[in-house]
Amino acid sequence: MSKRIIGLAIGLATGLALAATPVAAETVKVGFITTLSGPAGIIGKPMKNAFELGLEHVGGRLGGLDTEIIYGDDQRKPDVAKQLTNKMIKRDRVQFISGIIWSNLLIAVHGPVTRSDTFLISSNAGPSAVAGKKCSENFFNVAFQNDMMPEGMGKYMTDKKIDNVYAMAPNYQAGKDMIKGFKRMFKGKIAGEVYTKLGQKDYQAEISALRAAKPSAVFIFLPGGMGINFIKQYTQAGLSSKIPLYSAYTVDAISLPALKDAAVGTFGVQHWSPDLGNSVNRRFVADYRKKYGKTPSFYAAQAYDTVMLLDKAIRTAGGVSDRAKLRAAMRAGDFPTTRGTFKFNNNHFPIQNIYLREAVKEADGSYVTKTRGVIISAHGDSYAKSCGMKW
Amino acid sequence: MNNRQIWLTLITLALFAVVPPLAAIFDQPFYVDMLARVLILALAAVSLDFILGYGGMVSFGHAAYMGIGAYTVGIFSFYGIDNGFIQFPLAMAASALVGLIFGAMSLRTSGVYFIMITLAFAQMLYFLGISLEEFGGDDGMTAARSEFAGLVDLNDSSQFYYLVLACLALVLFILHRLVRSRFGMVIRASRTNEKRMQAMGFHTYRYKLAGFTIAASICGLSGALFANLNEFVSPDIMHWTRSGEIMIMVIMGGMGTLIGPVLGAAGFLLLEEYLPQWMEIFMTNAGEHWAIIMGPILIAIVLFGRGGIHALFARKWFPRRSGARNGGGKGHG
Amino acid sequence: MDPLLLLEQSFNGLQFGVMLFLIAAGLTLVFGVMDLVNLAHGSLVMIGAYLATTLVAWTDSFLLGMILALPATFVVGALVEVVALRTLYRRDHLDQVLATFGLILFFNEVVRIVWGPISLYSGLPDYLSGHVEIIPGAPYPVFRLLIIAVGLAVAGIIYLIVAHTRLGMLIRAGASNNEMVGALGVNIKSLFTLVFALGAVFAGLAGMMLGPLTSVESGMGEPLLILAFVVIIIGGIGSIRGAFIAAIVIGMVDTVGRIFLPVLLRAVVSDAAADTAGPALASMLIYILMAAILVVRPRGLFPARTG
Repeated sequence: MSKRIIGLAIGLATGLALAATPVAAETVKVGFITTLSGPAGIIGKPMKNAFELGLEHVGGRLGGLDTEIIYGDDQRKPDVAKQLTNKMIKRDRVQFISGIIWSNLLIAVHGPVTRSDTFLISSNAGPSAVAGKKCSENFFNVAFQNDMMPEGMGKYMTDKKIDNVYAMAPNYQAGKDMIKGFKRMFKGKIAGEVYTKLGQKDYQAEISALRAAKPSAVFIFLPGGMGINFIKQYTQAGLSSKIPLYSAYTVDAISLPALKDAAVGTFGVQHWSPDLGNSVNRRFVADYRKKYGKTPSFYAAQAYDTVMLLDKAIRTAGGVSDRAKLRAAMRAGDFPTTRGTFKFNNNHFPIQNIYLREAVKEADGSYVTKTRGVIISAHGDSYAKSCGMKW
Repeated sequence: MNNRQIWLTLITLALFAVVPPLAAIFDQPFYVDMLARVLILALAAVSLDFILGYGGMVSFGHAAYMGIGAYTVGIFSFYGIDNGFIQFPLAMAASALVGLIFGAMSLRTSGVYFIMITLAFAQMLYFLGISLEEFGGDDGMTAARSEFAGLVDLNDSSQFYYLVLACLALVLFILHRLVRSRFGMVIRASRTNEKRMQAMGFHTYRYKLAGFTIAASICGLSGALFANLNEFVSPDIMHWTRSGEIMIMVIMGGMGTLIGPVLGAAGFLLLEEYLPQWMEIFMTNAGEHWAIIMGPILIAIVLFGRGGIHALFARKWFPRRSGARNGGGKGHG
Repeated sequence: MDPLLLLEQSFNGLQFGVMLFLIAAGLTLVFGVMDLVNLAHGSLVMIGAYLATTLVAWTDSFLLGMILALPATFVVGALVEVVALRTLYRRDHLDQVLATFGLILFFNEVVRIVWGPISLYSGLPDYLSGHVEIIPGAPYPVFRLLIIAVGLAVAGIIYLIVAHTRLGMLIRAGASNNEMVGALGVNIKSLFTLVFALGAVFAGLAGMMLGPLTSVESGMGEPLLILAFVVIIIGGIGSIRGAFIAAIVIGMVDTVGRIFLPVLLRAVVSDAAADTAGPALASMLIYILMAAILVVRPRGLFPARTG
């Protein structure tokens, strides 16, 4: 028999088995799609871990009901994510699809999922494309809208009267959005605006050009490995002590172990930090460290908050059958969050505090980010006003 | 293509044709969408097989033409033109045109230089796609499904599935005839001995270029369907690993057989889907490391699986002589 | 345009170029002598970086770790050749492409399992983290100068081996006609293993020197692999001289191009258009260059093979 026939037979058999299982009316089914395999698994794995920790904290039962979680690995490919959501909606008949790290994957699945009877809850991606005119009553974002962090950094640098800033981001949509967001709230002079190749390894040429431009500060958005590369090389070029570095989505619990001293003293901006003092966060960070032996990243905190949002909303709505009630319960946004305060905007994106964070070396030799104050409290995104949803 | 292959083709297509009713009986509509994806990538693999298996042209940038087809649909949709009768022919024409230009330059080289120059062209388009800010850049853009004046409703999974299956069947038929035509003979012969064909007075370059263009055009059709399946277009479709995957489908199914790549696409994509699940059975969280099994499987297919899935069938069901051919030009001549 | 900045950028381009040469040297040798398309060559860069980072951490000495990592990558290279690649020499290029594509998947996953998914930390000792002001006003990192020096030295060594030793004679013979070498009664199997392992060492050396500059992570070799292929295709397969020249050209074009292209475009079109087109064109530049060269010279600048 060919692999095709075997695969098909197994697929159909699994399908049959599922179809044959009597589905109780009130079983909560949640799809959690993230990137587990490949290099980007570095982000997805902690999210899955935090999601599981959250479930543990609610006793494995969302809203006190029987709960089934279906995990999916999107391999960071839009078409694979599309197929996964399709499978979860049509075969597993989930009420919620959550997770999703990448903007492009979210955009790919947003339309089809929100047109179905399934709620889409982003645990990370927050592209502007779905925050404004295309906002949907079936889509919630428990993370952030992409522009919020650079806006926060723009405001902070304006408040500090830092002038002549050199801005750098990868040449793709999110990179351009970041610089746009930064310039929205930064009132000073821009010394240079540079877009680098996505996934670039060596920034020495950019660093030479940067030094020649003689800026008084640098703002970067270089997530993942790109940030690690840039900051190491920036430090090696001897610039970190001369031109202060500010970043968004670049220095976090995932990149710090690879950066160590190179990142110390740089400022970042985030809606969450492991040292936030609220009781939910203290429990989350302590238990996460105990269970997985690492400091959680903001991605993990968002996945944990996703569980808390679902738990609270299902409890309030008294089940998962009434979608209008569920929606109203989620909109209340009164779940126990690691962020302390949280509200949903009219476009179902968060209104939350934006914090300044500094990378520091702890006495025990570990590297973490410390909160250095609130830049903007209760910050809503700038696309909400073009969203027609009112509630 | 001999009788065995025709039978195998018909059986395979018939098996695919009964999927939607079966899925309806078992109330599992998801499998229709899943296999639609298989058929679409099979279409791309078949188009590659036409130049690779018969023409010995190892194009390592075939995903680029899928990208052209998909972006044509996406860009029309972006400007509010959803008519499939406009989108699809233009998607194929655009891919053919790009194929003609790239092919004209690439075919001046041979051997590994050809592999690498086709890869370079695909990389160019990939980076171009990332830079198209208007069309979403790296994030890509959503594309509404094409309209066919009410004749076919692509939002209906079964109708969409049968449209894809019909395209595949038609392409298989056309390529089957083409391979056996004089044109196909020249292409096949120039794979084994190009100098001899040239000595006989054939402009092999022109024949190969025509073949390359036809393949690009079919691959563009596959891309247009892919954009419709996902309702989404992004540069990811042109990533070099996808070109590699299409090539794997061809090898896995059996090169130079046309129907082989269809089996190969099914085998590869279903393996990708179910391998992690099988691994989970043995060990929790093992599924995320599926690549550690997939890699050696590919190597094993190359080393031991001559002729691919097609040969397996051919040997078992029609034991006369192996139907698979050896292919892929080596050497720098 | 500031001439000093241009000079500094040429240094950057040169450094990138020698790095590419180290990777391309092994690739072109293996290609030339064994006629093997090895997509997994990038994995050897990655393995070199991981081994060096681990050994530096174990020995607590940058120098010692680096020195130990060289024989370690030699061993890994020889193992890969004997276990996986040896059977592929007689296969066509297509099979080689696919099998080594499978090897990439395998190696990336092995690294993720052994070292974990998070990038490794790889730093520099104090004596290498300083700067030299070779260009006034632009302190240049010592380590990058070291990379240039090591790269040029290795290029010299490879030249000496290829031009003046018995091994080099066999390599040259193999590159132009590898059946002939077997006919000469040379133990072709061990020659192939040796050549492959040497290529692995060069690639590993590149990986080791990349470690302190970039993130050491699974899959770090692939973007470099594609560039290295561009280099050997432009240079002509099997030609060390071609690989060296092409590597420097690619390094220069890529570095200088991506910095000055947007600037140049700004002079011609609007700023917004230049910001969009500049980086796009810069990232396509080397592929355009390669296509252009192949259209004019279908077998690269210095083809080694005669047949």
